[in-house]
Amino acid sequence: MIPGTDEHRVRTPETEKAPPHGHPLDSVLRSEVLPHIWCPGCGIGVALGAFLQGLDRAGIPVEKRVLVGGIGCSSRVVYYAKADAYHTTHGRAIPFATGIKLGNPSLHVTVFAGDGDLFAIGGNHFIHAARRNMDLLVVCINNFNYGMTGGQSGPTTPHDAKTTTTPNGNFEIPFNLPQLAAAVGAVYVARWTTLDVRRLRDCFTEAAGKQGFRFVEVLAPCPVSFGKNNDIGSGLDEMDYYRGLEQIWGSAAGLPERVEVRSSGDLSGTDISLHRPIIVGKFVDRVRPTFLDSYKAVATAAAAKGKAP
Amino acid sequence: MSPEKGVVLTGSHFMLGDQACAEGAIYAGCRFFAGYPITPATEIAERMAERLPPIGGQYIQMEDEIGSVAAILGASVAGVKAMTATSGPGFSLMQENLGLGFMMEVPCVVVNVQRGGPSTGLPTSVGQQDMMQARFGSHGDYAAIAYSPSSPQEAFELTVDAFNTAERLRTPVLVMMDEVVGHMRERVVIPEAGKRPLLYRRLPSVPPSQYRPYRVGEDLVPEMALAGGGYSVRMTSLTHDELGRAVTDTATQAVLLPRLLRKVSEHREVYEQYELRHAKDAEVLVVAYGITGRSALGAVELGRTRGVRVGLFRPKTVWPFPADALLRAARSVRRVVVAEVNMGQVALEVERLLAGKCTIVRVTSPGGEVLAPELILEACSPERAPKVRG
Repeated sequence: MIPGTDEHRVRTPETEKAPPHGHPLDSVLRSEVLPHIWCPGCGIGVALGAFLQGLDRAGIPVEKRVLVGGIGCSSRVVYYAKADAYHTTHGRAIPFATGIKLGNPSLHVTVFAGDGDLFAIGGNHFIHAARRNMDLLVVCINNFNYGMTGGQSGPTTPHDAKTTTTPNGNFEIPFNLPQLAAAVGAVYVARWTTLDVRRLRDCFTEAAGKQGFRFVEVLAPCPVSFGKNNDIGSGLDEMDYYRGLEQIWGSAAGLPERVEVRSSGDLSGTDISLHRPIIVGKFVDRVRPTFLDSYKAVATAAAAKGKAP
Repeated sequence: MSPEKGVVLTGSHFMLGDQACAEGAIYAGCRFFAGYPITPATEIAERMAERLPPIGGQYIQMEDEIGSVAAILGASVAGVKAMTATSGPGFSLMQENLGLGFMMEVPCVVVNVQRGGPSTGLPTSVGQQDMMQARFGSHGDYAAIAYSPSSPQEAFELTVDAFNTAERLRTPVLVMMDEVVGHMRERVVIPEAGKRPLLYRRLPSVPPSQYRPYRVGEDLVPEMALAGGGYSVRMTSLTHDELGRAVTDTATQAVLLPRLLRKVSEHREVYEQYELRHAKDAEVLVVAYGITGRSALGAVELGRTRGVRVGLFRPKTVWPFPADALLRAARSVRRVVVAEVNMGQVALEVERLLAGKCTIVRVTSPGGEVLAPELILEACSPERAPKVRG
């Protein structure tokens, strides 16, 4: 094995060599801006760690990484990773990232944002970027509420859940994000919780190695705003909650204590309700021409036509 | 970045103002356009959709105008000169992310081919009702730069200038056209590629280890590292310090915001343009821009044939308003007439500048038609009361 090649990196990623001093992720984190803003028990840091390890294993060099966030706790991820980082406006990370990817197609562009940012105010951009098969990795930290503003209900708040704006329980029906992403054209769709650190890491490695619109939903505790209002408790309690309720989609996965469910292609059963089973796993993995593939073909033909006498 | 030969359509053309605007962008090196169809700006998108793909550029039709402006900001931080074009309703949707461009200091050009409003208003007819929105439409304090062309030729030229200003000062720049200039078909002369000088944002002059993203020298414009350039760029919509770190305290705000304003106000030589006609001996001065600037020139020439000593002050850069130039031009006039296809917007600025110095008369319009030269000329005569149409 030649040191420095991708193969070498997969075997001994930088992030997994514990340095004599400091944090194992120091080489890919902006350690100088720590401490972070997240609350005790929050799951966003776990998702970030898994993401950074996953990108390292996929062999995406730091100088090719671009992170774009919207507004909210989850979007703050962009501050802490070594990458070209853009913290934009609420809901608009996807179109901003679209511009970057089209401006420099050699970059690996990831959008990191929360459920409210991506699916309430930014929902229109999500469905159209997926339809176009824009070459973006979109990571949604779904903590079922607006954490930064103090725990209001959002587009993924489960039915009956209590938030500061649904004091009598949420009477609206939430989005089922994997089903939505699959329906609008995403080529890769997966959901894991922050309990599944290694599966999540491997999911990011796999997603980072693919082209097109890839969507990863990460269910993450928000104990301060969501957990305490819904009898889930602390961040650690929410890990127990996941462990008790998780079922893995498909036949390839398998911790012995978890029930596996057969994948049928119909994702309607993957919706999330309080204290009901949580289906996790990889739901979609397919190939479609990306926006840039199709554009290049058309542009090349137009250029050839222009040169003809 | 100099435009390649064969890309620029050097020569004399008969084309729409909207098309001339698109050609100005291409001349200036714009290779990314994101837009959404809207009358009367659609022809700009159509032209870019035809012109960009074969020359290595990127056209994308977005899902809305919010996405359009976000996408051009993204393309610009990746190093590509970028533009979008819209009209009133789309311009309203763009305001929040225009503010992002001012805050992050991202060069780009936003064109508004104005129609009558409010709301859907008069989609196919002329208006100049978004002039104050151009200045104050996004939340927070910021300094907008807005050009206003009076002809297709000027749509070409001022779009080139808008790109240069955006790149020179690292800021979004507005081209405030109007429906008549956009849909008017006239002779447009496009010079040879490279004949008009083109600017590109200053890239970092130091290695990544020494780069401080928002450090500025005397000219107050920071050097810009691009995505993928190895500089570990960090840009945020939050108040930020010299290192680009989000620091939301009053001290950091007190450094950042005044600099963003001064960066524009102290560089008038970069963007300020205006035209004076028959102004030397004028007793009456007409102030008008865009298509109304042409009506006003008609009024001035008509007035001169009738012995009225009337002149024209036509700002090509409406924001920041060429205040000193107006004060000089109006020094010995007794009457100033401000004509515009709105109910009085730029007139507010003229009244502020010339209050107590002379009589100021507004010629206004609720929109839908160009102001006739006769109407403007009527307002130049002291015996006539200020005329308000509609």
